[in-house]
Amino acid sequence: MAMTARQRARVSLYVQIGIFVVAVAALVLATDWKTVGNSVFNFGKIGPMFPDIFLVGLKNTLIYTFLGFVVGLSGGLLLALMKLSSFPLYRWIATGYIEFFRGVPALLVFIAFGYGVPLAFGVQWNVTLIVMISLGMVASAYIAETLRAGLQAVPKGQLEAARSLGMPQWRAMVSIVIPQAFKIVLPPLTNEVILLTKDSSLIYVLGLTASQYDLTKFGRDGISSLGAGLTPLLVAGAFYLVITIPLSLLARKFESRSARTKR
Amino acid sequence: MNDVVNSSAGNTGTINAAGVSIKDLRKSYGSNEVLKGISLDVAPGEVVCLIGPSGSGKSTLLRCVNLLEQPNEGAIHVGGFEATHPDVDIDKMRRTVGMVFQQFNLFPHLDAKRNCTIAQTKVLKRSQEEADKVAQHNLERVGLGHLSDRFPDQLSGGQQQRVAIARALSMDPELMLFDEPTSALDPETVGDVLSVMRNLAKEGMTMLVVTHEMGFAREVADRVVFMDGGVVVEEGVAEQVISAPTQARTKEFLRRVLDPTHIEIEE
Ligand SMILES: Nc1ncnc2c1ncn2[C@@H]1O[C@H](COP(=O)(O)OP(=O)(O)O)[C@@H](O)[C@H]1O
Ligand SMILES: [Mg+2]
Repeated sequence: MAMTARQRARVSLYVQIGIFVVAVAALVLATDWKTVGNSVFNFGKIGPMFPDIFLVGLKNTLIYTFLGFVVGLSGGLLLALMKLSSFPLYRWIATGYIEFFRGVPALLVFIAFGYGVPLAFGVQWNVTLIVMISLGMVASAYIAETLRAGLQAVPKGQLEAARSLGMPQWRAMVSIVIPQAFKIVLPPLTNEVILLTKDSSLIYVLGLTASQYDLTKFGRDGISSLGAGLTPLLVAGAFYLVITIPLSLLARKFESRSARTKR
Repeated sequence: MNDVVNSSAGNTGTINAAGVSIKDLRKSYGSNEVLKGISLDVAPGEVVCLIGPSGSGKSTLLRCVNLLEQPNEGAIHVGGFEATHPDVDIDKMRRTVGMVFQQFNLFPHLDAKRNCTIAQTKVLKRSQEEADKVAQHNLERVGLGHLSDRFPDQLSGGQQQRVAIARALSMDPELMLFDEPTSALDPETVGDVLSVMRNLAKEGMTMLVVTHEMGFAREVADRVVFMDGGVVVEEGVAEQVISAPTQARTKEFLRRVLDPTHIEIEE
């Protein structure tokens, strides 16, 4: 017998719910709950992680992310302007940089600056500087593309109006075009910060002293010292969410605000 | 419309009107020659309306005067500046030329007053206090003194265009260029903008106006220039060109513009 579109949609929904319930049940039945209890949700043994994971780890993750973002924002703006320049050499340099740093794993960049550069030039950089440069250079590439799109989204008439008032090109960019571009890219820029927060965990490849530990390093250390299995990583993960979920909400707020002003 | 009636009271009598002289101006985009040897003089304090069908090169001509477009050939003088001289200080010249765009192009991240002050402080290096005073004066001049803290998206099209005029006036220009200033407006706000422009003309500003408002051209313009296909087809006293055109192309154009049943499609 033929079904109406609405009946078909309802049947399809029931089938989907059914599949989901079966999948969850299978997962629950297949799980070795005793082991999981000991090695993933073993919250009885993680006491020693506190308060340092909070006072040191969270603080360092925030600092590393912030420094990387500051470098990434400045570098990204410079690269975006180079990419839109009428001077071909600038465009080539920017394109090469962006393609390279978006193409290689961030981990390799950390290793290159953490071990390669000190070896090659006989310099000894401190961890904060290495993180700032590694994270900043990777972030620059991503932020550059975001900002380029933002700069291009500012109507041409804005630059023309500014120039017709006698503003030189750079002044028109600084006072008129760039502020509007930033407003446009606020949501994707906030998402970049979320990605950076997570990428800052890559400093685990560097040799860190206790005061330089970030959240992930605390989690990894906890695995080997506390005998609570993977539980410390779960704790570290929760702290990341403490940072990233508010950022996510912020991005959504920016998005709805710009949707409202765009009428 | 009440709020613009007294706008000429704001006139400080400081307009230092400049003339414009355009000789054999040519401009091409690729192989498309848009201006095919235009010559046009505007005396200080004179109001010239440019009319002509869409695509005839009116905007391009206007944009060449303040070098938003680079002319290929010919000479343009604006006040004391030779715009077409290779060493001309473009930014300095543009300070003396106000431009009003069809789409207003107000800065959406700044309120009306800041729209009027930003170039004053950054380009003319006026103090914020002085710039504020000039901005307020010019906003009052266009009848919007009470809306100086509104952002562009909180203003009607006609109000935005009047802020754009105040923004240009705040630089004390010697010449004003208008590129179809009322074409993007709702009919009921057109009158306010035209009335501001009429007052400006009375105050002695040199004005070069691209418009389809034949009533305005007839009443305010000293001269009307009809362009078609990148050349000046006919020019003369406003009343004569509009009421008694001599060229067939002018007649045809005016017939279509003045015929209320004809629907003009403008970009
Ligand atoms: N930036 C540009 N690039 C290429 N062609 C252009 C450009 N601007 C204008 N044109 C062309 O020049 C001609 C005249 O345009 P315009 O000066 O805007 O005419 P009008 O203002 O009289 O309608 C049109 O054919 C248009 O397509
Ligand atoms: Mg035009």
